[in-house]
Amino acid sequence: MNNNILVIILASGVFYGTPIFFAALGELFTERSGVLNLGVEGMMLMGGVSAVWASQHIPGSSWFVVLCSILIGAFAGSLVAALHAFLCITLRTNQTVAGLSITIFAGGLGLSSYFANVWDVASESVKHPIRILNPAGLSDAPIVGPIIFHQTILTYLSWVLCGLSLIYLFRTRTGLKLRAVGESPQTADAMGINVVKYRYIHTILGGALAGIGGTYYSLTIVPQWVDGVTKGAGWIAIALVIFGFWRPDLTLLGAYLFGALQSLGLILKARNIEINGSLLDAMPFIMTVVVLVLVSGGWAHKRLQAPASLGVPYEREER
Amino acid sequence: MQSPLRLERRLTQPKWLNWGVPLLSLLGALILGAVVLMATGKNPISVYMRILERGFASTDAFSRTLISATPYAFTGLAASVAFRMGLINIGGEGQLYLGTIGAAFAGIAFADQPTPIIIAAMIICGMLFGGFWASIVGVLKAKFSTNEIITSLMLNYIAAILLDYLIFNSKSYWRDPKSFGFPTGKRLVEGAYWYDMSFGPITVPFGFLVAIIAAGIVWFLYNRTRFGYEVSVIASSPSAARYAGIRTRWKIITVMSLSGALAGLGGASDVGDFRHVLDSKGVQIAGYGYTGIVVAALARLNPISAIFVAVFLGGLSNAGYALQGPDFPSGLVGTLQGLILFTAVAGEILTRYRIKRQTHVAEGASS
Repeated sequence: MNNNILVIILASGVFYGTPIFFAALGELFTERSGVLNLGVEGMMLMGGVSAVWASQHIPGSSWFVVLCSILIGAFAGSLVAALHAFLCITLRTNQTVAGLSITIFAGGLGLSSYFANVWDVASESVKHPIRILNPAGLSDAPIVGPIIFHQTILTYLSWVLCGLSLIYLFRTRTGLKLRAVGESPQTADAMGINVVKYRYIHTILGGALAGIGGTYYSLTIVPQWVDGVTKGAGWIAIALVIFGFWRPDLTLLGAYLFGALQSLGLILKARNIEINGSLLDAMPFIMTVVVLVLVSGGWAHKRLQAPASLGVPYEREER
Repeated sequence: MQSPLRLERRLTQPKWLNWGVPLLSLLGALILGAVVLMATGKNPISVYMRILERGFASTDAFSRTLISATPYAFTGLAASVAFRMGLINIGGEGQLYLGTIGAAFAGIAFADQPTPIIIAAMIICGMLFGGFWASIVGVLKAKFSTNEIITSLMLNYIAAILLDYLIFNSKSYWRDPKSFGFPTGKRLVEGAYWYDMSFGPITVPFGFLVAIIAAGIVWFLYNRTRFGYEVSVIASSPSAARYAGIRTRWKIITVMSLSGALAGLGGASDVGDFRHVLDSKGVQIAGYGYTGIVVAALARLNPISAIFVAVFLGGLSNAGYALQGPDFPSGLVGTLQGLILFTAVAGEILTRYRIKRQTHVAEGASS
């Protein structure tokens, strides 16, 4: 039964969707505070390359090394995000251009590739990859086994984070303040909320989550360093936030849909089903465009909009 | 929150900013780059000296720099044209790929024609293919107000897959049926090679001259025509443009297509001047389209400056190719380009604000 193609597609949807979800959740927090971050791809790659370095150089037991690598990946992502925050929040530059410059600077042709060369991380495979767990020995259980119990620690972490972020955003006072900052920073400021602090914290948090997403690529999916390993996942994550209407739960579902799309080519090839591989490879990107068109026009746009101040620098003097 | 410095909005933009900001940005990028180099155990001064030597210091090196600069000039123009209307077209990369496909098609199809006709056909097809690819983004933006940043970027990935499909995964018109083992594209006949023009000891690729002409046309279009005026109105206030009766949606499609056509022209020049074949992997590794964004930002969206900036960045990447090795790792050029973009973006703050030392008197006066 677990060999059923639907089960495999669902299981790979979760497996390949997890890193996209991490990045998208990070972007969600950042955008909720009113900062647009187009540097996700660069932050993922910096997280990924730093995690590989950590995995090769930190001594100790496998568990300890994996934990350190994830933390270092998150830290690298948040450092890049801090740069973005400085440009957007303190210097009030155009957020679109700032994010683009982050991706060009840190991306597959930039700093992440440079570090990979200098640290020489690509020459050998990763010593301590993040392995698939088998909690309670249930991975052979019918249907739910592969989908739920054949995943890595990061997938379980992502479920916890999804639940926590729902509570945080919609059930706590801080979450309410965060949304206020994204909708109307002037009002939030008048209420005594420190707009700059909220924006900095959530931009940096977003970068940390993007870094974990990148770590998943370099320590679980591949697991070896390849320049530009995320192959556009950061951009899909940005589109997913729109697709998920800035809600963590819908974003999680969207991430799994895209994860399934990404793996469809491999699955069908493994089953010797004749199909145009190039078209399947292009599918996630085509679907992103289609989904964007669907949510840009019509009822969806009117009902559930982006945070009203998304992408607008806040200038206190101009009250 | 007491910060020692504060920003004060500029009411006018002094002239010196036009050259001062790019120069300060470059200086800032070099300093930041030196920090990265020192942090990774390299001597920044010797790295910079070698870049200067291999990129600019001899006529030979300069000729090669112009070859690298040509695609940057086109993608820089492409980005500037769109950015000036506030359209963030980051699909120059994919539009350039489509340009190479179009130009290679024309080069193969018109192989028995005289050279000027082949070149004209390659230019036209490159522009049509690139323009078509960008017009998808424009139509989606105009009709459904879809975010052009993400759609243009997604189309880059789709274009890359299309390139691979034409060469590796199908028996297409572009693929050489005689290539065994590693598939390659059909090589163009020598009659389809674009001219090399010699100016004394320096060789200038034909495409570079085309880029200069294109920059002149773009400058004229944006500074001296009704079209350019309407574009700048839309850029500064879309709602004012609508009230004035400017057909904004139609402009979005036109400007996107124009931007794509310029990037496509860059692809045509890449095939005609340089590769003479549809080289799927080679053109993807180069990343011309993304560098175009750096060019446009540093040139402050001015088409004429874009040519000079392209030569500068062309020298940087030419030196990068020449020096690539253990003590000049790949990714260094991209990192430096990224830093230049950073400082150019951050430098824009000088055009909008004056930086003042915080005093109580100033605070009282400004409120």
